[in-house]
Amino acid sequence: MNIYLDLFLTFAKVGVCTFGGGYAMLPILQREVVEKKGWATDEELTDYFAVGQCTPGIIAINTATFIGYKYRGVPGGVLATLGVVFPSLIIITAIAAFLSNFADIPVVRHALAGINAAVVALIASSVVKLGKSTLKNGAAVAIFLCVLALAAFGRLAASFDTVSYGPLGTALDTLTSPAVLIVLAGAVGFLLYGRRKGGDGK
Amino acid sequence: MIFLRLFLEFAKVGLFAVGGGLATIPFLQDIGARTGWFTDADLTTMIAVSESTPGPMGVNMATYVGFEAAGLPGAALATLGLITPSVIVIIIIAGFLQKFRQSKTVDGVFRGLRPASTALIAAAGLSVALSVLVTVGGTAEHVFAVRWPAVILCAAVFVCMRYTPLKKLHPVAFIAAAAVIGAIFRF
Repeated sequence: MNIYLDLFLTFAKVGVCTFGGGYAMLPILQREVVEKKGWATDEELTDYFAVGQCTPGIIAINTATFIGYKYRGVPGGVLATLGVVFPSLIIITAIAAFLSNFADIPVVRHALAGINAAVVALIASSVVKLGKSTLKNGAAVAIFLCVLALAAFGRLAASFDTVSYGPLGTALDTLTSPAVLIVLAGAVGFLLYGRRKGGDGK
Repeated sequence: MIFLRLFLEFAKVGLFAVGGGLATIPFLQDIGARTGWFTDADLTTMIAVSESTPGPMGVNMATYVGFEAAGLPGAALATLGLITPSVIVIIIIAGFLQKFRQSKTVDGVFRGLRPASTALIAAAGLSVALSVLVTVGGTAEHVFAVRWPAVILCAAVFVCMRYTPLKKLHPVAFIAAAAVIGAIFRF
């Protein structure tokens, strides 16, 4: 098959199989892009998610562009992205035109509750897989635990609207935002590994 | 003209919304208020539909808003608007990273980023898990209720896809099975 067509179709398939936000895309990407096609590794996926979370645009799009670009340059990036949005265009248009009460249909609600439970398990399984390639030493585990604690705390705090509690709340909200945590972790990585001379590095 | 305006409005969303699809909601509220293309009540419906259909949520919402404003061409242009800034920015960053792949600095930074990125994905998973597996609120006596059927289904899927021969199945097979189970047992 033509490489570009293959990119487009693979990402269209990823789009169809994703229910929810960009994170729900991860298990599908691992299967289609890492295991089946070999276009990226688990480590590269975590890199793309890291960059995708602190650059403009939604993570799902950023990740698709990244993988497509790495595989086949600018046309690859563009086609992978068009592929991932293509199914939405068809499905949403059909629903908006004919079934705008779609989300209220009881069987849809029940099916979706089931799907969401499965998506939680899928994401958990993806995290375990990623952890195997990204948490190989003590420093990595320490960064993982710190960021997990801060990010989880930040999500919890956000639901209590801490920003309304003045400067301290705002500072907390900023410190626990994904983009800030990514930048801090990058700085720690630079201090730990970036300045080392010579060929060691593994 | 409305098509150009849709494209530009969504290019703005694509440029300023950072993170998951939920990050686009405040921008969409703003668009609705300024243009009158849809009301807040319409937006609530759009969010519900976007969550319950295939496709990343942020993309679904852009498509839906575009369709409501100007039909199929509107849907296509809103979606193209949303993705254009991402594509440009990511291609620049990816090109830069490819060029400096051998650099000790870039390598070091990424060795710090990877565990952090894994943690952020785990945190996002935890927050999805909280919203799906337990009910917070409700009555005064039951502020916090565990949704046992969802917990059991979630655990069963996790065990099947990690520890049984079923792990060879495509992830979407588990999603489809869970949809059927949810519909039959009225989750």
